[in-house]
Amino acid sequence: MKSAVIVFPGSNCDRDVKVALAASAGADPLIVWHREAEFPKVDLIVVPGGFSYGDYLRAGAMAAKSPAMVETVARARAGVPVLGICNGFQILCESGLLPGALMRNAGLKFVCRDVWLRVDSVDTCFTNHYRAGQIIRVPIAHHDGNYVADTATLDTLEGNGRIAFRYCDSDGSVTDKANPNGSARNIAGILNESRTVLGMMPHPERLAEAALGGTDGRPLFDALIETLAA
Amino acid sequence: MKIRVHITLKNGVLDPQGKAISHALGSLGFDGVNDVRQGKFIELDLAETDEARARDTVDSMCRKLLANTVIEDYRIDLDA
Repeated sequence: MKSAVIVFPGSNCDRDVKVALAASAGADPLIVWHREAEFPKVDLIVVPGGFSYGDYLRAGAMAAKSPAMVETVARARAGVPVLGICNGFQILCESGLLPGALMRNAGLKFVCRDVWLRVDSVDTCFTNHYRAGQIIRVPIAHHDGNYVADTATLDTLEGNGRIAFRYCDSDGSVTDKANPNGSARNIAGILNESRTVLGMMPHPERLAEAALGGTDGRPLFDALIETLAA
Repeated sequence: MKIRVHITLKNGVLDPQGKAISHALGSLGFDGVNDVRQGKFIELDLAETDEARARDTVDSMCRKLLANTVIEDYRIDLDA
């Protein structure tokens, strides 16, 4: 299984993702600089977290137009799985691969803490190592994670099982209190129509080995490696 | 040619920053502020001299980069 991690000026989770992918795959991913319009064929592209281009204009707006992302969008449309985490999720929305947008947190503050997530969709290459309804603990660290989309889009996402993760309480209840940023319907992660593109605000790569304080993020990388190697 | 672009959140999109500004104005004693919406202002200096073509170009810029039309509206003003 060959993967690539796109790196922008201001990315800061690229190496965390590299370590998580390497731990699951046993091989390092390719690192692709944002200016590279061409890079070798891979089975998975990861758009990592950070503050690409300093969040100028809107979080993810500049990165979405970079040569490496133009190529990533083309490959995603041809079926190559793409995972966007945090700033990566913002970039995927700005690039049009995922619907909706990520706005300033409702509480206006940068939120950096562990949250509980309910896994709502497990029939994807990203989540098939989780159980439906499983509650996992994953860190968030963002200022613009407030997912918004019009009602029709939200209904479509919900109706087609394209909400991968929702913010919830430790017992799995999806409540306003458990919503850290004001996201519509407690959305923490969504899939595209073909379920091959996942964008999520929480950071599974930051809790993917015991030394980091937890392993709830690890099954996501194991799932990708196992599914895409087949 | 100088062109000014005003980018604002669409009606119905919650604006937490505008809300915070509104509260701050209230605490400074400015009563009667019904609502505050925050947006962006971008000034462009284009080599183009034809107004219609300039407007078309900037419209395309707005749709491709300057505004996120999922959540934002934009208005283009040409310098007379």
